[in-house]
Amino acid sequence: MSIDATTPSGKDKPAGSILNDPKIRGIIYQAVTLLLLVAFIYWVAMNTSENLKRANIASGYGFLNGRAGFDVGQSLIAYSSDSTYGRALVVGFFNTILVAVAGIITATIIGFLVGIGRLSKNWLIAKLSMVYVEVFRNIPPLLVIFFWYSGVLAVLPQPKESVALPLNMYINNRGLAFPKPIFDSGSQFILLALVIAVIGSILFSRYANKKQAETGQRMPVLWTVLGLLIGLPLLTYFATGMPISFDVPVAGKFNLTGGSVVGPEFLSLFLALSFYTASFIAEIVRAGIRGVSHGQSEAAHALGVRPGLTTRLVVVPQAMRIIIPPLTSQYLNLTKNSSLAIAIGYSDLVSTGGTILNQTGQAIEIVSIWIVVYLTLSLSTSLIMNWFNAKMALVER
Amino acid sequence: MAKRILTALIGAAVMGIGAQAASATTLGDVKAKGFLQCGVNTGLTGFASPDASGNWSGFDVDYCKAIAAAIFGDPTKVKYTPTSAKDRFPALQSGEVDVLARNTTWTINRDTALGFNFRPVNYYDGQGFMVRKSLNVKSALELSGAAVCVQTGTTTELNLADYFKANNLQYNPVVFEKLEEVNAAYDAGRCDVYTTDQSGLYSLRLTLAAPDDHMILPEIISKEPLGPAVRQGDDQWFDIVSWVHYALVGAEDFGITQANVEEMKKSANPDIQRFLGVEADTKIGTDLGLENDWAVKIIKAVGNYGEVFDRNIGTGSPLKIERGLNALWSKGGIQYAPPVR
Ligand SMILES: N[C@@H](CCC(=O)N[C@@H](CS)C(=O)NCC(=O)O)C(=O)O
Repeated sequence: MSIDATTPSGKDKPAGSILNDPKIRGIIYQAVTLLLLVAFIYWVAMNTSENLKRANIASGYGFLNGRAGFDVGQSLIAYSSDSTYGRALVVGFFNTILVAVAGIITATIIGFLVGIGRLSKNWLIAKLSMVYVEVFRNIPPLLVIFFWYSGVLAVLPQPKESVALPLNMYINNRGLAFPKPIFDSGSQFILLALVIAVIGSILFSRYANKKQAETGQRMPVLWTVLGLLIGLPLLTYFATGMPISFDVPVAGKFNLTGGSVVGPEFLSLFLALSFYTASFIAEIVRAGIRGVSHGQSEAAHALGVRPGLTTRLVVVPQAMRIIIPPLTSQYLNLTKNSSLAIAIGYSDLVSTGGTILNQTGQAIEIVSIWIVVYLTLSLSTSLIMNWFNAKMALVER
Repeated sequence: MAKRILTALIGAAVMGIGAQAASATTLGDVKAKGFLQCGVNTGLTGFASPDASGNWSGFDVDYCKAIAAAIFGDPTKVKYTPTSAKDRFPALQSGEVDVLARNTTWTINRDTALGFNFRPVNYYDGQGFMVRKSLNVKSALELSGAAVCVQTGTTTELNLADYFKANNLQYNPVVFEKLEEVNAAYDAGRCDVYTTDQSGLYSLRLTLAAPDDHMILPEIISKEPLGPAVRQGDDQWFDIVSWVHYALVGAEDFGITQANVEEMKKSANPDIQRFLGVEADTKIGTDLGLENDWAVKIIKAVGNYGEVFDRNIGTGSPLKIERGLNALWSKGGIQYAPPVR
């Protein structure tokens, strides 16, 4: 206010007409908007509760403790029809996370490969990458999912003609069956060994970096880390008397029994989301690399840095700053698109929630849970990516 | 994004925002609109399916037509809303449809917690299993380890879980939302078993690539009394929908058919006279909020219960379902109508 009073406009203001003060007018507008919004929400809430009462539908979240009564095709946690509705939702939630995380990782890898491929000097690679992007980017994701699902189902053989893969794995139209590890006592030491190996690897690579900075000598980081990560758990495995055994799938009456199975529903959804999203990521990567000024790589070349190193140490770190923000929104899209799972019968959050909605009629409660969960997933993804972005940002000196 | 969420949201929104108009009676609304909005299947041959030019026909469709005939004297004054197993309840709750005539099982949960009313059972059904003949399975008790295709949002998926649990059998459920998706998955060999109401199995088998390669197992694992459903809170409407069914059954009982209904008006039998609304000073229809000849209009439009059954799903149709439990009470079945008096 004191500043206002000293500015010329403050002096010239005709006294009395507060309404002409842009600041006060702003506050009034905001207050009115807020009031209208609150009134609207209140009206919707009142109307809803009244209509629910009229339709004789109970409300509240108490139903989540009821017995679900239905089975779910694939679950990461113990679940049966005796479990509660709440647990069925958790099963769906984990299935959503599973396909989202697997999809994000794969889409990123394919996307980076294709994106870099589009910039390749090799004509064939560049054109193939372009065709890939144009095809997948221009098909609605639901079609891509159906394509994979009917493709996967049509190509894979009936259970009686299962195709045997190495390591006692089998594939047929009921999915990919693989040996299920059974952990006996003693296997906790193997986990411990793995943890030690991870910590050791981190410490070693820090040390190696420091040493290189000080002396210019490079140590064999890759081999040491690989040796630690594989060797240490393996050694412990034999030392503790091989406490892990495997439940191997064998032919049963209808299908293979035993082992673990990843159903065609997961496989096709995962493949579809990965390939679809990868086409967008590829374009983002291409734009990111293109966005790094040519002078940067020329300067690196002039200093005698080899092309591979130039890409890795000069171009990519700068490109990452351009890539990460749009990449985040692709990750969010993939997570949200995973709700198309319902079309092919993968039991994700929307699918199990929908079943519960139908059995209990608690539409508003279920929809609110969906909204909160997807919002939380999206916000956490954004948070992680923002943190990563900050880490990648140019350190200005 | 997810159409699913969208439909649910719209359902929720309709409940929240739409609404005030529903203060009038459903009958009043229907008359004002000039047509009946009837919730049916998305396409189950024999029960409700559209032909190439979009005309619906089937057992459930005839109930829509019968209700429209009772109100307007014109069975064509119906608009159909195809609903999947999952969408049907929000559609009725939100007022999108006036009545649900869609092989829907009457259960206590739907009758109470979901806010609906059921009364007449127009088809006594039970859940069954269909398998490929090549599997050499003779009984559902041999199904341990099988992959079972089932549609979500049904009593079917609940009975399935209970049956396998009670008999200590393992199975792998493959659950879809849309009927076509279940059909396609079963046909593609994704599942060993298809389970739903037996009536549904008869109908679905005909749509498979090679119907003769499949058989329906003898076990019936549940009671599925199917009938029309309405929203709670409008007794007049509930009465109309109920009595349309009782009129169909009553007509069969009296031997009144689509062909002879005009003739029958001249019958000397006072029961028939009252039923057809020709008794002097009768209020047999006006008490329902309809005209006194409401039953005549229904029978002229679709025939009696037996005719509706035979034409759509019985001996006169490709489904060839026996009357069984759905025969009249006087012929060894349990279809029975209260007296019109
Ligand atoms: N009677 C059971 C099942 C009814 C049902 O929806 N059956 C399926 C399979 S026959 C169906 O009609 N689907 C048709 C559709 O979704 O359009 C119930 O009321 O829950």
